[in-house]
Amino acid sequence: MGGPHGHSLHFHAHSPLHRAPAHLKILALLGFVLVVVATPREWYWAYAGYLAVIVGVVAVSRVPVGYLLKRMVVEVPFVAFAVLIPFVAHGPRVEVLGLSLSESGLLSAWGLLAKGTLGVLASLTLAATTEAQDLLRGLERLRMPDLLVQIMGFMVRYLEVVTGELQRMRVARASRGFDARNPRHWPVLARSAGALFIRSYERGERVHLAMLSRGYTGRLPRS
Amino acid sequence: MHVPDGFLDAPTSVGTGVVAVAAVAVALRGARRELDDRTAPLAGLVAAFVFAVQMLNFPVASGTSGHLMGGALAAVLVGPYTAVLCTSTVFIVQALLFADGGITALGTNIVLMGLTTTLVGWAVFRALQTVLPKRLSSVAPAAGVAAFVSVPVAALLFVALYAIGGTADLSLSTLATAMVGVHVLIGIGEGVITALAVASIVAVRPDLVYGARRVMAVRELEVRTTGAAA
Repeated sequence: MGGPHGHSLHFHAHSPLHRAPAHLKILALLGFVLVVVATPREWYWAYAGYLAVIVGVVAVSRVPVGYLLKRMVVEVPFVAFAVLIPFVAHGPRVEVLGLSLSESGLLSAWGLLAKGTLGVLASLTLAATTEAQDLLRGLERLRMPDLLVQIMGFMVRYLEVVTGELQRMRVARASRGFDARNPRHWPVLARSAGALFIRSYERGERVHLAMLSRGYTGRLPRS
Repeated sequence: MHVPDGFLDAPTSVGTGVVAVAAVAVALRGARRELDDRTAPLAGLVAAFVFAVQMLNFPVASGTSGHLMGGALAAVLVGPYTAVLCTSTVFIVQALLFADGGITALGTNIVLMGLTTTLVGWAVFRALQTVLPKRLSSVAPAAGVAAFVSVPVAALLFVALYAIGGTADLSLSTLATAMVGVHVLIGIGEGVITALAVASIVAVRPDLVYGARRVMAVRELEVRTTGAAA
């Protein structure tokens, strides 16, 4: 079904990392991040090493650094939380630029930021170098149950269709002069969500019937 | 907001991962009962719906906005097993394709926002259904209350996990107060919007709402004849 479609984070390029089998990349990501998470936060040199590893991998992948940095905004709400910790944590206080901050809080914030940032960078690198279809095949090789892989496959395949439908509803509302500003407008938005559910569910039923008429017996053919 | 890598220590992350795997395994068996061989396409489309509905922003006040988590909504619409499956799929895809939520925190995210909201939402919904009159009009309010309760409970579970494997030096009572306080507010939004959304679906296609099946089953077919025919 269909040719390869790049998902929103995918960066098209030809590199050893793009060609590497997806299941190995998933295992490498999981192993790497687990090691990072398990590393005591006082081992500053180790984090420099981890960063060097990621920078090396990104260089091999030929994904521009700016491309990844721009997409690190997913981390922002969490950074805001980490910045708050030194102000509210316990323990002896230290003066930093005229602010009284908790010493252990500063250490916690450093640990959270370092581990979180390394995790996001590593995940972004996987997403940028792996097509959705390869990722699914990789999960299959890692013995993820067949039904779960199928569900993920359908979700990924129809994600753009469903979000596109939501987008068209937004345009339709806006073109009729709707502008959601306060909770009084919730009923309209909730009805959009309801309509989206009905459309998605009915699409699922149509897809199922179309599959049955093509001989679906509960398993997808290898392609 | 998704839990990122490094927020909970490694043993806790692995522990929640094991719980998540077990939950998904149970849900896979249960979903087959709820959807039979339609499971793959329907659960996939519902997962895409949950993902999309999390992108729908609801204005709160003075420029801030929030979005649905959708666990309780999914449970009422498609049944608890399928809902666990759909929300878990959403978190897996978000972690692997969108770098949203850490890969080592995947189990934590599934347990907190997939499993807990869905199961608590469904339990509250079923409990209310036994109390409220068996009418279609009571499905939406029950779903709303279920969604409202599910959010602070998930926040409390997060505090509990934090007590076991938290990495920052915060006082637990402060964290619990802040988390529950904020999430009661978030829960109000979640509850109201879930109730409104379920009401709009019940009005058009009550047969699609899993939580309305018991009510639909007791309704009798009513044949009305016109004056000319009589």
